[in-house]
Amino acid sequence: MPQSAEKVLDHSLLFREPEYKEMFAKKRADMENMPAAEKVQETADWTKSWEYREKNFARESLSINPAKACQPLGAVFAAAGFEKTLSFVHGSQGCVAYYRSHLSRHFKEPCSAVSSSMTEDAAVFGGLNNMIEGLKNAYALYSPKMIAVSTTCMAEVIGDDLQSFIIGAKEKESVPQGFPVPFAHTPAFVGSHTTGYDNMLRGILEGFWADAEVTKNETINIVPGFDGFAVGNNRELKRILDLMGVEYTILSDVSDQFDTPSDGEFRMYDGGTTLEAAKNAVNAKATISLQQYCSVKTLQYAKSLDQETASFHYPMGVAATDEFLMKVSEITGKEIPEELRMERGRLVDAMADSQATLHGKTYAIYGDPDFVYAMARFVLEFGGEPRHCLATNGTKPWAKKMQALFDSSPFGAECKAYPGNDLWHMRSLLATEPTDFLIGNSHGKFLERDTGVPLIRLTFPIFDRHHHHRFPVWGYQGGLRVLVTLLDKAFDTLDAAGLEPGGDISFDLTR
Amino acid sequence: MSLDHKNDAEFHASLIEEVLKAYPDKAQKKRSRHLSVAKPAEAPEEGGEQNLSECAVKSNIKSIPGVMTIRGCAYAGSKGVVWGPVKDMVHISHGPVGCGQYSWAQRRNYYTGTTGVDTFVTMQFTTDFQERDIVFGGDKKLEKVIDEINELFPLANGISIQSECPIGLIGDDIEAVARKKKSETGKTVVPVRCEGFRGVSQSLGHHIANDTIRDWVLDKSEREFEATDYDVTIIGDYNIGGDAWASRRLLEEMGLRVIGSWSGDGTLAELEQAPKAKLNLIHCYRSMNYICRHMEEKHGVPWTEYNLFGPTQIAQSLRHIASYFDDTIKEGAERVIAKYQPLVDAVVGKYKPRLEGKTVMLYVGGLRPRHIVNAYDDLGMEIVGTGYEFAHNDDYQRTGHYVKEGTLIYDDVTGYELEKFIEQIRPNLVGSGIKEKYPVQKMGIPFRQMHSWDYSGPYHGYDGFAVFARDMDLAINNPVWDLFDAPWTKTEPLAVAAE
Repeated sequence: MPQSAEKVLDHSLLFREPEYKEMFAKKRADMENMPAAEKVQETADWTKSWEYREKNFARESLSINPAKACQPLGAVFAAAGFEKTLSFVHGSQGCVAYYRSHLSRHFKEPCSAVSSSMTEDAAVFGGLNNMIEGLKNAYALYSPKMIAVSTTCMAEVIGDDLQSFIIGAKEKESVPQGFPVPFAHTPAFVGSHTTGYDNMLRGILEGFWADAEVTKNETINIVPGFDGFAVGNNRELKRILDLMGVEYTILSDVSDQFDTPSDGEFRMYDGGTTLEAAKNAVNAKATISLQQYCSVKTLQYAKSLDQETASFHYPMGVAATDEFLMKVSEITGKEIPEELRMERGRLVDAMADSQATLHGKTYAIYGDPDFVYAMARFVLEFGGEPRHCLATNGTKPWAKKMQALFDSSPFGAECKAYPGNDLWHMRSLLATEPTDFLIGNSHGKFLERDTGVPLIRLTFPIFDRHHHHRFPVWGYQGGLRVLVTLLDKAFDTLDAAGLEPGGDISFDLTR
Repeated sequence: MSLDHKNDAEFHASLIEEVLKAYPDKAQKKRSRHLSVAKPAEAPEEGGEQNLSECAVKSNIKSIPGVMTIRGCAYAGSKGVVWGPVKDMVHISHGPVGCGQYSWAQRRNYYTGTTGVDTFVTMQFTTDFQERDIVFGGDKKLEKVIDEINELFPLANGISIQSECPIGLIGDDIEAVARKKKSETGKTVVPVRCEGFRGVSQSLGHHIANDTIRDWVLDKSEREFEATDYDVTIIGDYNIGGDAWASRRLLEEMGLRVIGSWSGDGTLAELEQAPKAKLNLIHCYRSMNYICRHMEEKHGVPWTEYNLFGPTQIAQSLRHIASYFDDTIKEGAERVIAKYQPLVDAVVGKYKPRLEGKTVMLYVGGLRPRHIVNAYDDLGMEIVGTGYEFAHNDDYQRTGHYVKEGTLIYDDVTGYELEKFIEQIRPNLVGSGIKEKYPVQKMGIPFRQMHSWDYSGPYHGYDGFAVFARDMDLAINNPVWDLFDAPWTKTEPLAVAAE
């Protein structure tokens, strides 16, 4: 028998034992009614062919392994970045369990949010009573300073009106009259999690800014956008802005909320943009978004209040960071300090040291539109080729922007952007036109297994590796982190070849 | 705080009183019916078993809005639990993108096969509804999606349509689509109306999924199947971390033939074959008793519950299963129990000294809050509180077979209650889900995810018991829990209940 108390075998080894292998074979032969092994092999090979790729790309309705989630996830994420704010998602309750689990699996942190738990009767009569009772209970139990209301698709389909419901709930004294309950309609059948982030953030800001007296000052607002690396990134961002001596407000800062310490106390709320700061942010001279596609409506709103606006695509690498710093400098009149110039030089130094390893390497990249743009741009900076760039929630204008990026570099000649496609499309791309590396999230591991293209995890969600999000990828320092991650994978791949029997070829001590 | 929590009914009752104070009146009244302390068992009825305790609370009732219920929805029960693991079918998450995305490959239902070619469990197929689909209806799109699946995945043996919230609200006719596509292709197409707003928890989703197996799968196949006298079906084992495999081995070793695995590592054929079994064995009673009752009624197949968590229950269950068969199988059961006794002794010998007297609080789904109690008991560990996300009355009745009087019982517990209970009781271990893991660990209390085995497993069977014991030990006896207090702070060290 394979199992023993001395050396306990769990699933990773137990099922490789002969007893189990034999059992699997017998089950397949006698019970499963599955196709013959040759047929499976033949079909597997066919799924990697050009013919299949064409069929696959001819799909019009079916989505397979998409790289996007739905709006309320982004709404919950955005709300988590404000001081003592509880997300209240109006609609079916299972969704909230999903958002909480999803975010917890990535950050390895608690994620709190409540639902109005609507069921059949609410589907018929509307969810007003759920809102009244729900706000009352949430306020009593969890003592938030703000409750941010978003919606599941159920509430959207039946057409519940959040604004009037919230007014109604306040009339019934669910929460005190002056208590902030900003809201956003976040239908899952429109856009993606990045849309939900935008809608909720705008909703929260409208709650504070709508009737505000504006007295312009010298501060700027920063919108980080939906970002799985927010813990590391936001802290790096603050360090950079502090170095510059800029006065700023980050609008939705989740860096503490999703990184609480272990010291014996569970903090349901931690850190975040204070409500006071969010209120005062109306007076800022500018609002800058670090992810344009996460903040379209938010920036429109800021603009409507006479704020200057600017947006970036996830400032990663040299030129993207340069641009961001220069814009901040231009708006605030603060100079970029020498220290940052040194950091920039160190990143360039590292890239120069390692350029031979990365020059000419090809990449497939997928994720949210801003991330894919940033990653492709950085890859081009060290002489790599971002061949297949895919964003399920990317649009045609995004693809055009990507093409302009490719056109700006000789290394972009063979590159193409795929807006609206999914990871099953990516599988066809990698099977027919393999790249050296794949950059994405944990879902990419299935692509890595099917096509043999090594996966580098650099974007949300990362479920099967721990703590990556604690380190920044933004700015010059973040660029170093990204560079080292890519290099490690490149060297590991190189070494793996030398690990095969009989090979001291390519197994070099110094690289 | 070092209280002896054994049977501390009074203390537990005071905790309930305390948490209820935080609620507004209406919610307080509702919640009070779901919290209780296990009472002394009444004398059994004629011929009945003597319970250890009475655990009755109100259950299977709508969650209160705004309280942070831990429950999921009917879609999670159908796609996530019952249908999702059926490996040779494509399961369409029909509606917007989110539900399929969040439940994508998260339940660790292991299976053998070539993913994307003849098996599809760890893939996310969705109709990805857009606004126009809501406005104009999604049936046309669904038809097209089914055609595209058949085109790209010719070896898929069937398709299930897992409805998300909008489907029932916009009046789509997925049954008509299923019938049409089945007649066109001859392949099984199963429409499941498991919209998330239906019912009060995952539980209705299980029931709906069971009903669709009844209506769209059983008795529909012409396939020949040669039955034997020793045929059984494993029902309600989702093969998390390989559980069903560790179970199957034991059944086969005692001489039985497992003709179907429902639904972990299962195929459509294995669903179809089940009515030919001599006996249906049900592990997760809550999620699949419905179809067992149906097969008993319609096909005359008897069914029985069993429990393969921990050696005490394993031995009891194997003997109980064998009692339905002849001496060959009865001897087989004894042979298997004897064969594994040295392993059991070694595992208990190694881990019991490290775990004895440790207290555990559980909050899981609809079965494990009672099913795993004896596995802890086998290691000398004591359950001080337990509760279910989506149990019904009969589950709480059965809980009395397992837990002692004085145990804290909580149904559909809220985030607030669970946190307060754990804070006050300070057990040595909590077993619950991903949403509870990190808050509990931050309190300095060891935790194991008991939905997904915390990415470990299997836990079923003798092979699984060794893994279970190892995991409980590594959770509790890791030095990290002693690092929580910075040495320069003046707080008392964290109280540990068992000291």
